Amino acid sequence: MNGPGALPILLAGVMLVSLNAYVLMGGADFGGGVWDLLATGERCDRQRDLIAHAIGPIWEANHVWLILVVVLLFTCFPPAFATLAIVLHVPLALMLIGIVLRGSAFTFRTYGGDEVAAQRRWGRMFAIASTITPVLLGICIGAVASLRVGEAAQRIAAAPRAMGAEVRVGESFSSLYIAPWLTPFAVGVGLLALALFAFLAATYLTLEAPDEELREDFRRRALAAAAAVFVIAFGVLIVARLTTPPRGAPPLAALTARWWALPLHLLTGLAAIGAIWALVARRWRLARVAAAAQVTLILWGWALAQYPYLVPPELTIGGAAAPRRTLVLALWALAIGAVLLIPSLAYLFGIFTGAPQAFGHMDRAVERRE
Amino acid sequence: MISDLLAARSQMAMSLAFHILFAVVGIGMPVLMVIAEMRWRRTGDALHLELATRWAKGTAILFAVGAVSGTVLSFELGLLWPGFMHFSGAIVGMPFALEGFAFFTEAIFLGVYLYGWDRISPRAHVIAGMIVAASGTASAVFVVIANAWMNTPRGFRLEDGRPVAIDPVAAMLTPAAFPEVLHMVIAAFAATGFIVAGIHALMLLRDRDNAFHHRALTVALIVAAPAAIVQPLSGDISARYVARWQPAKLAAMEGQFRTERGAPLRIGGFPDERARVTRHAIEIPYGLSLLAFHDPHALVKGLDAVPRENWPPVRIVHIAFQVMVALGTYMALVSLWVVIAALRRRPIADSRALLRAIAIGGPMGFLAIEAGWTVTEVGRQPWIVYGVLRTADAVTPMPGLVVPFITFTLLYCLLGAIVLWLLYLHVHRSPRVPERDAMAPAARRIPA
Ligand code: HDD
Ligand code: HEM
Ligand code: HEM
Repeated sequence: MNGPGALPILLAGVMLVSLNAYVLMGGADFGGGVWDLLATGERCDRQRDLIAHAIGPIWEANHVWLILVVVLLFTCFPPAFATLAIVLHVPLALMLIGIVLRGSAFTFRTYGGDEVAAQRRWGRMFAIASTITPVLLGICIGAVASLRVGEAAQRIAAAPRAMGAEVRVGESFSSLYIAPWLTPFAVGVGLLALALFAFLAATYLTLEAPDEELREDFRRRALAAAAAVFVIAFGVLIVARLTTPPRGAPPLAALTARWWALPLHLLTGLAAIGAIWALVARRWRLARVAAAAQVTLILWGWALAQYPYLVPPELTIGGAAAPRRTLVLALWALAIGAVLLIPSLAYLFGIFTGAPQAFGHMDRAVERRE
Repeated sequence: MISDLLAARSQMAMSLAFHILFAVVGIGMPVLMVIAEMRWRRTGDALHLELATRWAKGTAILFAVGAVSGTVLSFELGLLWPGFMHFSGAIVGMPFALEGFAFFTEAIFLGVYLYGWDRISPRAHVIAGMIVAASGTASAVFVVIANAWMNTPRGFRLEDGRPVAIDPVAAMLTPAAFPEVLHMVIAAFAATGFIVAGIHALMLLRDRDNAFHHRALTVALIVAAPAAIVQPLSGDISARYVARWQPAKLAAMEGQFRTERGAPLRIGGFPDERARVTRHAIEIPYGLSLLAFHDPHALVKGLDAVPRENWPPVRIVHIAFQVMVALGTYMALVSLWVVIAALRRRPIADSRALLRAIAIGGPMGFLAIEAGWTVTEVGRQPWIVYGVLRTADAVTPMPGLVVPFITFTLLYCLLGAIVLWLLYLHVHRSPRVPERDAMAPAARRIPA
């Protein structure tokens, strides 16, 4: 097989970096919602406040990483975008509903007045949507990796297309549009995504917490999430072994077969152990770095295993790439964008991380006047 | 049961119509907030600070709904129109990618602006507000450039139905781009300014010397009036580009079935597609030729010059256009009245008639925007990319599209109702400050 040129690989790499940023930052915001749902004990309100304050100023910026992935995908790899959008219509639409409810409920709670009952209601909606959305994101990724999406796309394309798009002979709606993603493996990856996001969030929150008690709350939660990650990852591995037919193996098999597989696994394991050790030893900063590294390595492992495919078994990075001129321009746009963006993001996070006691908020600004 | 194609079109139209309301607020409100904040910093008048913070709160809600509904749109381009994205992604993805960066800047500095009142210096705070305003405008510019390409596609050649020789820069500089962008950006300021002015005019009608609403009305009109006055001129530029590049759309807008020289301008009326006439319109002789080509004897192509299967839905386009122009004329006239009152140094709130006229005009900008987009989008039918790709060929093969259409419609109805309720509570709680107490020496201390 001809390898793709350097340019498409570079852009696919940028997409992966954006997805990585989304998972590390946006993912943690979703994880925050999970801990809002699971807030318990006498400090339950304070836990929720801490989460809200940590997410408030940054979630909309974190969310744009996902949009960047989508626009890069349809600009640089249009056939891949079309294929994913056709086969994964249902889970993507459900994920969008989750995104809509999460974002709006969070904002309604923050700005929608101080009625306690209403606040509760929005809080609950925010928490539930935050929990469901990552599962759907993970399901989409798992479905692509298991080859089911690519195969369904071939079957959809094979049938002659009629106006009104009726279902093809021998196929049903569910065989083409549900079965490819509602598999034990894909759902397993969905749950794994949820556990990882919750793990990230709890680990980050130990650093944001204003006092020891809250910090310990989130330390315990982070350790519990780490255990969940371990169990689910193991389960997914077993499911993959049991359910993936040999012919459909490449991306998954690559995770054990290629030369980089062993070092990658070792590194991931090291990061995971490092994160847990740091949490046990209360080394908060180290825990944050190690947790982020662990999640990053898992994501890159998936990407490497799929290489050179975007949507296996057919669409490769090279085969789906837009013409050279488009890719060059996209790269220029990215370079200029990065020059504007990186200092701005640094500024935002610089203003708002740490020192949570001094939450800057316009209400305070107005209150202080009185 | 409606067909899948119709369901997809309806879902797209509904999602866009919903998103545009919030997007427009995201463009206009930062400007109002920045003006209010700068006035506070200059005069020390605490009411202006109050205004800036209250507007910021309302905007935060609307902005979040704009962000999530925009996310839905970028996915829907693929979920509903994979054929379109497959065809045009490489050609017209560029403005979307640039828009992505505009969103980033906007979201980052909105976070700084909303949450940074007492964390950064006053100057930095005002600058953050200005960046939010500029990047909101930039995102509108880029997305409308993408839409302009759909109206006047450039930057590629067709070979066996596939695009080759793709040039994304040429695809951004299409004939439709300048008029559409200009008209849309002005529309955003006119619509936001008018809705805010309308709300505060309404409050002043009830509570005549509430200084808070006086300030708010003034700031809103500073933005709304100039925009509404120039909007008909920019609409004229748009109409002339449509006349030149999309004759079928112009014919539908005007209910012009016959190709003729010296075509009349029709005001109102109902086009009858079967009989190919527009009835009950007031006709101004030579008006259309004059407006569209600046020559009373210019030849205007009618729908008879277009094959029947390529007609857009004439009645919808014609009526939507009439509605937009009527609303635009009203807003421009009221704005002229405001300018005259200001030139004569009359406080606006002294004239109840003027307050009433402004209050009535409040929602009109938003209605005109919906009507205008109906003209643009429905007038482009049956093409998704004008003259190149038919909408019917771009739709997803997935059946049962009526289900997502209904689901998202219900979701947006719910969201819309909640947002309206929260805004109602928000406005309802505005402070009551009699004019004589307004200049109390409060504010300077705060976020400095
Ligand atoms: C505040 C809103 C507003 C107001 C007062 C007006 N318009 Fe408008 N109009 C829009 C908001 C708008 C819009 C929603 O923003 C559109 C849709 C696409 C676009 O570029 O702008 C539009 C489209 C649009 C088009 C179609 C462009 C196309 O198909 O690409 C024409 C010809 C006009 N307008 C003309 C006018 C005229 C002659 C007006 C005179 C009063 C007018 N508009 C007032
Ligand atoms: C926000 C303001 C907009 C509104 C209210 C709007 C309205 C509409 C409407 C009413 C339709 C359905 C037309 C029909 O099927 O008869 C439509 C279709 C569509 N619009 Fe827009 N539009 C807007 C802006 C845009 C922009 C900026 C883009 C792209 C960059 C866009 C892309 C599309 C697409 C892809 C379709 C579906 C295909 C089609 O029906 O032609 N729209 N829109
Ligand atoms: C003429 C029509 C449009 C205008 C003027 C417009 C403008 C804007 C603006 C100003 C925002 C900032 C958020 C806000 O203020 O609430 C926004 C958000 C967004 N828009 Fe639109 N938009 C339009 C149509 C579209 C279309 C067709 C798409 C999708 C293809 C889209 C995708 C988005 C996305 C993804 C966001 C979220 C960005 C974020 O997370 O901050 N918009 N839009």
